[in-house]
Amino acid sequence: MTAEATPSRISRESSAAVELTVNGRGLRITGDPMRRLSDVLRDDLGLTGTKVGCEAGDCGACTIRMDGRQVESCLVPLAQTAGSTVTTIEGLAHGDAWGRDGAPRVTFDLQAAFLRHGAAQCGICTPGMLMAADALLRENPRADAQAIRDGIGGVLCRCTGYVKIVEAIAAARDERLAGAVSGSPAATLRVPAGAAVGARLPKVDGLARVLGTARYGADHRPDDILAVRAVRSPHARARFEIGDLAAFRTSHPGIVDVLTAGDVPGQNRYGIYPTGKDQPALADGHVRHRGEAVLALVGDEQTIAAIDDRDVPIEWHPEEPLRTIEQALAPGAPQLHEASPGNILIEGRLATGDIELALADGAVTAEVDVQTTHVEHAYIEPEAGVARRVGDRIELTVSTQTPYMDRDEVALILGLPPTSVRIIPTACGGGFGGKLDLGVHPLIAIAAWRTGRPCRAVWTRPESMAASPKRHPARIHATASADAEGRLKGFRFHGDFDTGAYASWGPTVANRVPVHAMGPYGWDAVLATTRAVYTDNPPAGAFRGFGVPQASIAHEALMDDLAAQLGQDPLELRLANAIRAGDRTPSGQRLAASAGLGACLEALRPHWQALRAGARAHNERTDTADGRGARQGVGIGAMWYGIGNTALANPSTIEMGVTRDGRVVLLCGAVDIGQGASTVLVQISSDALGVAAGDVDLVSGDTDRTADAGKSSASRQTFVSGNAARLAGEELRRQILALAEVEDGTIDVQPERAGRPARIEVTDAAGRVATIELAELADVPVTDAETSCVLAGRGTFDPDTTPLDRDGQGVPYQSYAFGAQIALVEVDPGLGTVKVRKIVAAHDVGRAINPTQVEGQIHGGIAQGLGMALMEAYVPGRTENLHDYLIPTAGDMPEIECILVEDPEPSGPYGAKGVGEPALIPTAPAILGGIRDAVGVRITELPATPDRVRAAILDLGR
Amino acid sequence: MGAYLRPAQLGDALGALAGPAPGGAGWTVLAGATDHYPSRVGRPLVDDVLDVTAIGRLRGIEAAPGGWRIGALATWAELAEAGLPALFDGLRAAALTIGGKQIQARGTVVGNVCNASPAADGMPNLLALDAQVEVASRTGARIVPVGSFVLGNRRIARGPDELVTGLFVPEPLPDTTVRSTFEKLGSRAYLVISIAMVAAIAEIDAAGAIVRARVAVGACSEVAQRLPGLEAALAGLPAAATAASVEAHVHPEHLEHLRPIDDVRGSAAYRREAALELVRRAVAEVLA
Repeated sequence: MTAEATPSRISRESSAAVELTVNGRGLRITGDPMRRLSDVLRDDLGLTGTKVGCEAGDCGACTIRMDGRQVESCLVPLAQTAGSTVTTIEGLAHGDAWGRDGAPRVTFDLQAAFLRHGAAQCGICTPGMLMAADALLRENPRADAQAIRDGIGGVLCRCTGYVKIVEAIAAARDERLAGAVSGSPAATLRVPAGAAVGARLPKVDGLARVLGTARYGADHRPDDILAVRAVRSPHARARFEIGDLAAFRTSHPGIVDVLTAGDVPGQNRYGIYPTGKDQPALADGHVRHRGEAVLALVGDEQTIAAIDDRDVPIEWHPEEPLRTIEQALAPGAPQLHEASPGNILIEGRLATGDIELALADGAVTAEVDVQTTHVEHAYIEPEAGVARRVGDRIELTVSTQTPYMDRDEVALILGLPPTSVRIIPTACGGGFGGKLDLGVHPLIAIAAWRTGRPCRAVWTRPESMAASPKRHPARIHATASADAEGRLKGFRFHGDFDTGAYASWGPTVANRVPVHAMGPYGWDAVLATTRAVYTDNPPAGAFRGFGVPQASIAHEALMDDLAAQLGQDPLELRLANAIRAGDRTPSGQRLAASAGLGACLEALRPHWQALRAGARAHNERTDTADGRGARQGVGIGAMWYGIGNTALANPSTIEMGVTRDGRVVLLCGAVDIGQGASTVLVQISSDALGVAAGDVDLVSGDTDRTADAGKSSASRQTFVSGNAARLAGEELRRQILALAEVEDGTIDVQPERAGRPARIEVTDAAGRVATIELAELADVPVTDAETSCVLAGRGTFDPDTTPLDRDGQGVPYQSYAFGAQIALVEVDPGLGTVKVRKIVAAHDVGRAINPTQVEGQIHGGIAQGLGMALMEAYVPGRTENLHDYLIPTAGDMPEIECILVEDPEPSGPYGAKGVGEPALIPTAPAILGGIRDAVGVRITELPATPDRVRAAILDLGR
Repeated sequence: MGAYLRPAQLGDALGALAGPAPGGAGWTVLAGATDHYPSRVGRPLVDDVLDVTAIGRLRGIEAAPGGWRIGALATWAELAEAGLPALFDGLRAAALTIGGKQIQARGTVVGNVCNASPAADGMPNLLALDAQVEVASRTGARIVPVGSFVLGNRRIARGPDELVTGLFVPEPLPDTTVRSTFEKLGSRAYLVISIAMVAAIAEIDAAGAIVRARVAVGACSEVAQRLPGLEAALAGLPAAATAASVEAHVHPEHLEHLRPIDDVRGSAAYRREAALELVRRAVAEVLA
């Protein structure tokens, strides 16, 4: 062979066409042969049901079926698809799935099962999960639970804990084996009027999620788009100078704009707290954490993608960063923010009783030091959005948990009045607190404002991990005492929390943590102090539980210590000291009702005793075998959690109306981040109005179209927005009954049909029917100008709280959730590995508006708690991907049994409270307690990785 | 943007490799792409790529004279499904723990070798199997033991004009019963990079004596390592009795040449200790 025989190289720019079959259609695609198939599917073919979570084969969100196998489309070059057969989620839904040609609905059943079982929460992993499940069942139609977990093991889910996913796949498997064909998922949405609260309704927004048609942040990509990409600091602390941008732009002609700090039209300082506006949209001369944005490139997508950050003219002068709380607090440490001497952002305090006396008085005393690390939200949807300038207004279509706060922050940055900013939330592919801070917003907004063209940013996974906030790392020292009978005496707690480079939600360290630091127990005296400390680490923000999960490690370790010293059962000690209705909390608030911890612990007791006995028997068998086998143990964690903001107003307003054409609409600004807020609010409002939930049309949050229902955080949407929805429904019902001139009756809203105009019929107890002709009514104003209502109820609810005094005394929350979990764990003592076998979770939710969703929240909270306990550690610059930063997979989840305790909250909608954050809090303490019970080591530095557990076991023997 | 080649003939691929790549940095050889894209997230794709996936003769896993041949394009899923004998139980177990099903469907065994990660799950098994790497160039072909082929972290003994065409695994010793296993230690169930791992193969004669034991440890050195001292000590011992008293036979000194590091997955000291425990378990399993 000669050199001449070498085929001429293919130019990447003008490559040969590739022929393949996608969802049954033969296609001929021309493009860069190395272009990722995921990009081809999404950008070229518009098949945005295939999601992109990491571009590294770590998350499985982009899973498709290619030539019969599940593959990650982000790892397939276009050229390698030549001659192949590809099926995406769109092919499942519309290809062979719908019974065409009389074929069974082989895949549709999976989608219906996901919907029915609540297997899709945020839905971002759902297409990939469905493709993996479909491939699995084709390959192994009789897959058992283990085979199902193996089959979906390559797809990460951050919401569900995989429990309902495995259930749904097993259900679809059984249907296929039985030859059954599922009905339409829409048909399963119906429950009669008045029966919605308490029903296991599928998510009202669930169908789009299982079909892959829900549109997330990155699924919005209008024509004429400009890409915006931040250039970020590779250093944790550095000064920098930007070089010759004019020359750089000349050499990159596709660049339309380059943004630097001086280009921020308004204030280059933002932050979610009014007192914490310290974060620049673009750093001005120095950076305080790795990943901070210093400059933004704006241009066509190809130009921006082809630029290597290292070619951008920035001269860095790295400085020694403050990496730990100790370094930041050391005398002479550099001051990171002028307004915060000593690098202390804020301090918090709660004091009640004589702590010194109570500690001195105890028959038993225990102390603990706890250390936790950065935890990453790891939602599978990285931050993404599009900004458009519309005249003198700016519109952002963006993935968020908090549209109204986003609106106000963007307004500040652009120097506009808030009403000139419109935030249109997309489907949110997971938040967990991480999308309460601004993400892509500032730079796309500035770019769109300046260029007048739609500007889009989609963060890569490493960028998302480097630039988004984290859970606060904590250093806690705590002491507790009890009398000889096991009555709790004194609890003293000090926690330093690493709030990182900027304030973000750091102030919650000062307010929420002291209130909860002592756990859900009665003490004679408490002193809890906290500090949030600035460092050069990633900003720590909101993450499911706001500092309370860290504190719970301390109080639950101390409860176990006290029980051990007293020779008491750990569950019984907790039960004997549980806060109950009628008690005063350490912040001096008398709980009138709905304090169901006692009921939770009593419900757990038989499980606790059985699991403990089983573990003992297992260990005895192991001991008599070779003494090297796994040892089992059972641990317990208990929690409480105030619903909504701490001692701060957090109102929600929701509207419910009847349109001129006879539809019932719920105008709801609460963002469903997967937790199910939309469904819960439809259930509550439809029962309040007295119509079937399936007859309510939801208009979801958009700051132009819906009133402010606050943020989806603090476990507040069911309680706070739920009350607003109830009030709106009740108000609308009153108006309808008044118009019908009946005192009470059943309401039937009838759209125009068969030429008969739209009307409402109200039937009273005697069967008399009053008719309201909607055409005869005048328009009534609602927030949404696009919806023409003739009747509307408006509900506003703000929890009844008072400010806290300097001792943390007052009424921080109107309502508290309670719960406890027990964990059966298995420790391999030779390797230090921990496997959680079973968790039984009992949560007092007041009233389970939707039990399926409540269970889903508990499963997901447990998954995140398990991750925090055993594997999750974010290290800047080192674990900025989902293969070095580990979150639980389907194979890491234990069997979970949920016990829903319903101790009604009088001020809650139909008695409901919240569950989103409470579900996570007791998990890590229960697992750590289980490790201790199994092998006798008390792990207080998280995560309890195999090396730490093994080291502790070795220390025990020394 | 780099160049891209996807020849269907091996000769064309070798011809391309014999010449310079347009960008001057050499050709990046691409198969399953499961390591290619992850190391380039958020960065422009500038490599000159030689995609070998259209070369039919690089496919397949088959019996060959004196052993088995694993083609350069054989994926982990294909290996797991190939119906290979018990000698391959360890490698098969590794195949099922590499990434998830999706990575197993795309990633190749040879790619795992050539990517030369210290934590490559295939390596301890291939070392224990005495696998040989088949390397071809326009000037000829050569066979290199896998232990000599992988030189260090991301370093292999492939010349710029060479292509790995496959692996050869020799048959076990005659008249022996073969048992093989793989122990992987990680912090989660799936999609996990190993903290430490051990492959062990035992060949046992009719009298129950160990004719040959082959043991290798991965993720505890720049390149996975065989344990020659242990292997020598085990040879000739009665298998069942040795399995029952494995602590007495597997000593820390057998692992002394390992050079584990501290990283986010575990400390060096822990790795060394865990490796010892894993070796004991693996040896006990293949001897029992």
